[in-house]
Parts: sequence; structure tokens; C-alpha cells
Amino acid sequence: MLLALPVLLPLATAIALLLLPHRPRVLRWVAFAGALGLLAAAIALLVRVEAHGIHVLQVASWPAPFGITLVADLFSALMLVMVGIIGVAITGESFAGVDPRREALGYHPLILVLLMGVSGAFLTGDIFNLYVWYEVMLIASFVLMSLHRTRAQLHAAFTYVGLNLLASAFLLTAIGLLYGQAGTLNLADLARAWPERRTPALDAVLSMLFLTAFGIKAGLFPLFFWLPASYHTPPAAVSALLAGLLTKVGVYSMIRVFTLLFPDPGAGLYTLIVWMSATTMVVGLLGALGQRDFRRVLSFNLVGHIGYITVGLALWSPAGLAASIFYLLHHMLVITTLFLVSGLFLRQRRTTDLAALGGLFQTQPVVAYLAMVPVFSLAGVPPLSGFIAKLAVVGALLNADRYWVAAVALAVSLLTVVSMARLWDEAVWKPAPPHPSQPKLGAAIVTPIVFLVGLTLGLTVAAGPVYEVSRRAAEQLLDPRGYIRSVLGEEPSRVAR
Amino acid sequence: MELLLALVAGVLYAAGLYLMLRRRLAQLIIGLSLLSGGSNVLILAAAGVTRGKPPIIGDTSVAAGQFADPVPQALILTAIVIGFGVLAFSLVMAHQVHRSVDSDDIDAIGSSAVTATSDKS
Repeated sequence: MLLALPVLLPLATAIALLLLPHRPRVLRWVAFAGALGLLAAAIALLVRVEAHGIHVLQVASWPAPFGITLVADLFSALMLVMVGIIGVAITGESFAGVDPRREALGYHPLILVLLMGVSGAFLTGDIFNLYVWYEVMLIASFVLMSLHRTRAQLHAAFTYVGLNLLASAFLLTAIGLLYGQAGTLNLADLARAWPERRTPALDAVLSMLFLTAFGIKAGLFPLFFWLPASYHTPPAAVSALLAGLLTKVGVYSMIRVFTLLFPDPGAGLYTLIVWMSATTMVVGLLGALGQRDFRRVLSFNLVGHIGYITVGLALWSPAGLAASIFYLLHHMLVITTLFLVSGLFLRQRRTTDLAALGGLFQTQPVVAYLAMVPVFSLAGVPPLSGFIAKLAVVGALLNADRYWVAAVALAVSLLTVVSMARLWDEAVWKPAPPHPSQPKLGAAIVTPIVFLVGLTLGLTVAAGPVYEVSRRAAEQLLDPRGYIRSVLGEEPSRVAR
Repeated sequence: MELLLALVAGVLYAAGLYLMLRRRLAQLIIGLSLLSGGSNVLILAAAGVTRGKPPIIGDTSVAAGQFADPVPQALILTAIVIGFGVLAFSLVMAHQVHRSVDSDDIDAIGSSAVTATSDKS
């Protein structure tokens, strides 16, 4: 039952929000309570998985592989905790005020539906079900993105919708072909049956289809162009939610599906992923240097840093995958915080154009110090979490004798420092440009940032234990026998549940 | 039968992708729906077609091949429903674009977007 809660709680909250009378205060509190419930359920699940191993729920008691299975291993549970944290921060942010028109059009229920879709994608043990959860979260994000009607927002929304639907079509095609050959959709059953059914030709087709579909969602080079073209237009809370969660679902699915279906280290597929990751890092950060808008700089940084995460998958070693998972946790926290910080500028200056920003350090030094943590963490300045994450990735690369990729990763992290230093200088440090109004930032809009910054510092302090959990999650992923056994059940008690 | 379905799926994919590369929003949307139709046909073809047999097993002694596989049919039904929702949403969005920009040329929205946010993408 605990396993279904991360899906059921947001669903119930979203339904309640649609039925409740339209009083902003009530809606905001209910949405916030729903997100808190999700976080609590996710933490309980993590504790349980940590103590008792992989946790499986056969929905409606249909035994696997016939029914839909929900599975939580350490990786899923860690990701769910992040969904809860980001959900709490984003629903908390709405106390600072939401555009009344957005709120009337169902802003809060949509956020909860999006959280439900993401949780479902992290929990499902069925590949077609994964596609369905993708569509749930995509539809919610489409509407969140296009609730506003300025031309820039409409154009961005169309780019986003078109590319993501194309990715969904690729995913569906891959699933259809996979079912035709393997005759099952259950991920564990596929992992068991696929090695006997696979042929080199079909392998090549399927792995490329999956790579394209998940690569578009994750924002890997050369498939990332929709992301910087769309993430800078919606309100800050929405872009923070999308940046923190959606691309990470793509990365998660890539890791999950590839470790189960294509477990051949050293295959050409993984060489390709290494190349794509390295190019993603370089192109993303070079792109970031050319931008003059706070949120576009962040979007390109978001793309570039995905490369650090996927490169760990390609190494196919516990250290590499553990570094990926740790990087994923760090990156979800920090990029969400930074997009929320961009909301501060939108509130103060109604723009995120770097030329019009500045002076925050002189007027509100406390807020400026607060913004410093995510900026410098993303840049990888020691001792913050970004430094530890980058250290883990580069260490894993060196251990795997991938010296040139390690060199690229190090060079790119230098570029990140340049990009973040410039961002800090232009947006916070430099004297304010002549500007008529500059409202003070209230406590409501800063509180979610304090919460996330606190967690970033917590991740820095507790890096050892968290890395240890990531390492065990990586070991579970690299040895899927435990996963298969838990789902298909050698011991009948699990199946009959 | 499979060969025919495979050809139909291929034509639908090709037509859908070609239309998605066009500049008009209406063609983009038609392309998307052709593409999702194509993937539905592909699921049916890939899973194998059993003619004239129901997808239900009344008698558990029935051997494989004596009944149609119900799973691809269920997948296709789900995909059709999702595709329908997505299609409805994109039509509403295209209508919105048409009302605010008075054009269904994607580049026309894009060019004004560039001047609005003063950046070059």
C-alpha cells in the first residue's frame, strides 16, 4: 500500500483541489499539504527499501508479468524523495502569489497531476505503463506551459509540445517492437526473457529508438534544442518544476531500461552514449556562455550537466553509476533552487535579462548570500555538493581509464565556473542599473529557497552517507537479478500479495 | 497481412514525419496524429495478427495461436485514447495561436517571439 501512496496522494489532492471552492488560500494550503504527504510517503518508502530491500506491489493482485507492477528499489525511492522535496518547494512558492488567471485555470491541480505522473514513472515496473506516466506528466506540463498567452510563451510551448510528442511516438514504436519480439511488457520479465530473444539487428534498432526517445526527454546532444528554447518563458515556479523533474525522468528511464535490457558493457551503444554525454557537456556550457538572460543561462547549464549524469551510465561500473545517481540528486536540488532564484528577479524587475539585473547584494545582502549557495554549488566550488558530485564523476572516469572524457569533464567544469561567476556578478554583485521600482522581496517568496538551500547544505554535509546509498542503488541496478527475483517472485508470498 | 500492415505503418510514419517538418501548425498537428496512428498499426503488426479468432480464452486448454493476443489490442486502445487527448489539446493550442498571432506559420510566431524576448535562438 505504501508503494501506491506516492501516486494516490497527489491524485487525491488534485481531485480535491478541483472540487474545492476557488479560494486561493484554501487551494494553496491543500496543494502544499498534498506535496508534504507525498514527501512523507517517499521518505517512508526509502526507509523501508533501505531496511528490507526491493519493495514490490502487484496492482489488483494480478501476478507478474500479467498485471501492472509497481517496484521501488533504492534508485526509485531516492528519486521519489526528490519529487517530494521539489513538490513541497514549488507548492510552497505559490504562497508568494500566483497570477490569479493561472490559479483560476487550475494551476494547483495541474502541479499535483505532474507530480503524480513523475512519481508513477519512477515507480512503475512495466514499460508500457512508463509510457502512460510519461503522457500524464507531459499533458500536465503542456497545460502549465501554455496557460499564458504571450507570443514568446506560445512559441516555446509549441516547440516543447511538438518535440515531446515526437519522443513519445519513438518510445511507443520501440515498445511495440519490443513486445512483438519478447511477448511481455513487464520490465523484470523482459530482463529475464530478452537475452534469449534478442538479435543484433533488432537490438540496434531498439536501442537507438530508446536512446532517441529518452535522449529527447533528457535533453542530450544533439536532441536538446527544444529545452533552452522553452524553459525561459513560463513563470519561475513552473520552469523550476519542469527543470527539476522532467529531464531527470528521461535520465532515470534511460538508466532503468538500459541496465535491464542492454546489459553489455563495452557495446557500441555505450561508446555512443559517452560521445553524446561529452558533446552535451561542451555544447551546453558553450551555449550558456553566449546567453544574456538568467534563465537561458540556466537552461543551457541544465543541458550541459545532464552529460555528467549520463556518462556514468556508459561506464557501467558501480562507481560510475553511483556518481550518476549522486549527481542526479545534487542537480535536481540545485537547478530547482536556481530557477526559483530567477523568480526573485522576475518579482523585482519583471525580467531575467542580465543587463537589467544587479544590485541585489547592496539592497538585500541576506538574499544574495542565499542565492550564492546554489550558484556556487552548480559551479562545483568546494566544499559544496556540486564539487563532491563532480569529483565522484571524474574519479569514476579516471578509474575506468577514460582520460579524455575526464579531461572534457574538467574543462567543462571550468566553463561552468566562468558561466556561474558571470551570472553571480551580473545578477547580484554589480551595482543596480538605473531602475524605477525595486520592491523588497517578502519572506513568502524566499522561504522555499531557504528550504532548498538548507537541503543543498545538508547534502554537502551528509555527502558520505548519501553517496553510500547511491553506491548501493548502483549495485542493485548493475545486478538486476535481485530486481527480477523480487518482481517475478521465487517465493510465492510476494506474488500473491 | 503483416506485410500489408507493415507497409501501411511505414507510409503513415513517412507522411507524419514529412508533415511535422512543414511550417504550418495544422500540418504539424496532422503529422503528429498520423505518426501516432502509424505506431498503433506498428504495434499490431509487430505482435502478429491472428485472423478470425477472439482475443478471449474461454477454455484454458486452448493452445497458443488459437486466440488473438489481447495485449497489443489493449495497448493500442490506450494509445488511441492518449493520442485523442493530445490531439484535442494541440488543436486548442493552435486555435489560441491563430487568435493571437493571426497566422498558423510557426516561424511567424517565432520571429515575434525573438523580438519580444530580444534574444537570438
